[in-house]
Amino acid sequence: MAQPVLELKQLQTYFFSAQGTRVVKAVDGVTFTLNEGETLGIVGESGSGKTVTSMSILRLLPAAARIVGGEMWFQGENLLTKSEREMRALRGSQLTMILQDPMMSLNPLFTIGEQIAEPLRIHRHMRGTRLVERIKELLRGVRIPSPEVRLREYPHQMSGGMRQRIVGAICISCEPRLLIADEPTTSLDVTIQAQYLSLLKDIQKEKRLAMIFITHNIGIIAKMCDNVGVMYAGKLVERAPVRTIFNNPAHPYTEALLHAVPSLTERTDRLWSIEGQPPDLANPPAGCPFNPRCPKAEDRCRREVPPEFQVGENHYTRCWLWEGR
Amino acid sequence: MDSSPVMAPAGTFAGQPTVLSLSRRVAAKLRGAPLISLGILALLVFTAVFADFLAPHNPEVGNLRLRYRPPAWETRGSAEFILGTDHMGRDVLSRIIYGSRISLIVAVAAVLVAGIIGTTLGLLSGYIGRWVDQVIMRVTDTWLALPPVLFAILLAAVLQSSTWKIPSKWNIVIILGVVFWTRYARVIRGEVLSLKERDYVRLAIVAGCSRLKIMWTHILPNVANSAVVLATLQIGVVIVAEATLSFLGVGVAPPEPAWGLMASEGKAGLMTGYWWLSVLPCLCIMLVVLAASSLGDWFRVWSDPQLRQL
Amino acid sequence: MSDKLVEIRDLKKHFPVMKGLVFQETIGLVKAVDGVSYSIGSGETVGLVGESGCGKTTTMKMVLMLEKPTSGAIIFRGQDIQSLAGKDLKAYRKGVQAVFQDPYSSLNPRIRVGDIIAEPLVVNESLPRAKVKERVQELLSLVGLRPGAADLFPHEFSGGQRQRIAIARALSLNPSLIILDEPVSALDVSIRAQIMNLLQDLQEQFGVSYLLIAHDLAAVLHLSTTVAVMYLGKIVELATSEQLRTQPLHPYAQALFSAALPVHPDEQREEIIVTGEIPSPLNPPSGCRFHPRCPFVKPICSEVEPVLKQIDTDHQVACHLFG
Repeated sequence: MAQPVLELKQLQTYFFSAQGTRVVKAVDGVTFTLNEGETLGIVGESGSGKTVTSMSILRLLPAAARIVGGEMWFQGENLLTKSEREMRALRGSQLTMILQDPMMSLNPLFTIGEQIAEPLRIHRHMRGTRLVERIKELLRGVRIPSPEVRLREYPHQMSGGMRQRIVGAICISCEPRLLIADEPTTSLDVTIQAQYLSLLKDIQKEKRLAMIFITHNIGIIAKMCDNVGVMYAGKLVERAPVRTIFNNPAHPYTEALLHAVPSLTERTDRLWSIEGQPPDLANPPAGCPFNPRCPKAEDRCRREVPPEFQVGENHYTRCWLWEGR
Repeated sequence: MDSSPVMAPAGTFAGQPTVLSLSRRVAAKLRGAPLISLGILALLVFTAVFADFLAPHNPEVGNLRLRYRPPAWETRGSAEFILGTDHMGRDVLSRIIYGSRISLIVAVAAVLVAGIIGTTLGLLSGYIGRWVDQVIMRVTDTWLALPPVLFAILLAAVLQSSTWKIPSKWNIVIILGVVFWTRYARVIRGEVLSLKERDYVRLAIVAGCSRLKIMWTHILPNVANSAVVLATLQIGVVIVAEATLSFLGVGVAPPEPAWGLMASEGKAGLMTGYWWLSVLPCLCIMLVVLAASSLGDWFRVWSDPQLRQL
Repeated sequence: MSDKLVEIRDLKKHFPVMKGLVFQETIGLVKAVDGVSYSIGSGETVGLVGESGCGKTTTMKMVLMLEKPTSGAIIFRGQDIQSLAGKDLKAYRKGVQAVFQDPYSSLNPRIRVGDIIAEPLVVNESLPRAKVKERVQELLSLVGLRPGAADLFPHEFSGGQRQRIAIARALSLNPSLIILDEPVSALDVSIRAQIMNLLQDLQEQFGVSYLLIAHDLAAVLHLSTTVAVMYLGKIVELATSEQLRTQPLHPYAQALFSAALPVHPDEQREEIIVTGEIPSPLNPPSGCRFHPRCPFVKPICSEVEPVLKQIDTDHQVACHLFG
């Protein structure tokens, strides 16, 4: 089998307070493998560490954060040993990212054309008519009508859905190997979201892109992803292929998450809810971070952090209940 | 640490924050404060309050036979008059010490007056809007078009010839307050305009609160921060303005020892070699203004969590 | 139908678009809400669902008297609220409260939680301090928070807890109607279920009616008795939650169902991908506003605007495909 596009092994990214006294373990031991043409979904709530994981892959962490452990391999190359210059060559060309708010991703002072041109100029050194043709091609590729008119327009002249598609065009302009999408549809309307997700899926099929989809919405996971990683309080508590996660969730958190959402088709009287709050990462509970809210917590869960146990083929979880099964 | 029990009845908080001692918390909060500036201002306040005990001589009555004595470190100087004497034989050090009181009172009072007028007008203008806003903003614009110093002189002339006999110190306070409120009005109005749209203001309307109650309870406490930042930045400006007015002769009247007045009375001495009469009070003005501005700047960043980048 | 708590009749809100610096002239109208009618009964929940620009937020603001309607009536307990003044207006404010979307801007950061919850009480009734304190404690426990919470400030609470505080405040005057504007969309998934369950429990306990505004179809269906699907200022389908769930009739309603995310990767659903963007309410399409994007469009759709017709008991649709 071909080399995986991305491999993470026990990645650890911690945030340090100014005096170095307080540590927040934002990402604590994340492991997964991503192959060409696959979509990995990372699902978790606020504070779970999913965004910090993606920022770690791109090495775009704020000053207070540092990668303190683990390995990151992108197409066989070690991302942790690359210089900033080498990373810059990768970002935007091989490794790209779509963020949640398109208004923040696009510069209001430059035209759409100029913004799509930027990565092409930097990474592919394209100029003149070749550049303009490529821009139009990309706009057509993200299903934006009348590209010749659009490329002279400014972001504020477009709707939210169109802006996200333009961000998408910028991201795929240099034929990347890996696309990370961090909650790209959260700010979009439902029907626009549906259009956008189907567009992303088509692009992925066509270009054999590896994608990481970061979201708190399990519906997106169900629709878009091949493999899933569930994060809670910085730890990857379960990872498995998508059908396995939905049919046989191993971790109590995953199970609860799946049931907490109201169904469109069936009438339910009451929703399953998980009591309590996500933990304060500066002061996490001892043992398994989910233990204060877990209906199946045992004594051991409150004392020791569980390592990863194998549940089935390609199915792993961090839960003492699965020890030695 | 109190940890929540399993399957907590909905309502337990997720863990208690660890409680640091009061001194640790204060120290952490004040991290980065400009200590020198704080020190200078603390010294100013201390001097102003305890002037009676600190000043070696009477600042207003001098001995003509002892005039124009230079500071102690020069030849002909003596330890009796550490900073020398002025043209009336008065001790410069004592005058500077008492002068700090004037500077402090005038600065604080003027900033308070300007702040209260400006904040109130800004609040009304921003929250009530419509014609009230138009009127107040046009007045502000007009006010701003007047050159402050000339305006102050005009006001001073008016007040001096009026039938009320207010001590000149309070004249200055009123004048400065009246000249400097416009900055507050503008800034506060801007903040109020954005606060008006906050959900908690809308909810207060839904709950039936009167406009006055909303302005007092919901808007004012949230703009107080900006007002205080502006005030700290303005203290320097006001001190210089007071000194300017006194220098020009329309501020504090002799024999009161205001720093600006001292600089003015001593300006002839710059040519004839009696440098300490003007330079020393000016040095004091400079130090205090620098300290106040520096503190104001630090406070602005410290009080805004976004600027602090935490 | 005058036994209904609230009746909305042909409500319209048009915002004029002005041009010019000194002499302003109206060059257009944003028809944010353009003729909307429905009613809310005692103890029931009416859900308004739709995407951006559909007018659900503006409708809510009119019911809360934060905006004045351009035309139409809002009848509360038999009285048109626009004609209310003085004591009657006060009574209305006591009867109708709200919970908004953003838990971080709904609470004044400088006021203690106890005072935030007590504010409606303090403003509208003159109760002795001790009684107010008692009531605050009662409300805190109703929403599942510890009594000590009253002395703390909002920043010490998480998003879900803040929404509970907002709900406690809304309940303080025992209102008959609470407007819920996207009450859970800013919260984490695991917390959303908690709050939705809480809202249901409170409704069962106190018989309060809810007007729920949301874009999440599943949540609206779960919580509401009646649902109104809105598009560009109009109601396109009005039905009970059950009927809408089993038989959405309007193409837009069907598209919303289709576009909603699946709950299982193997879930098969009819793909009705609606093309194009949501048009601007400044320049709505002629005839049926949905016609440019409708997969079942007919010639008549671009000419004549359809009206809400009764198809079944408790099921109305505005579409030329039906009658």
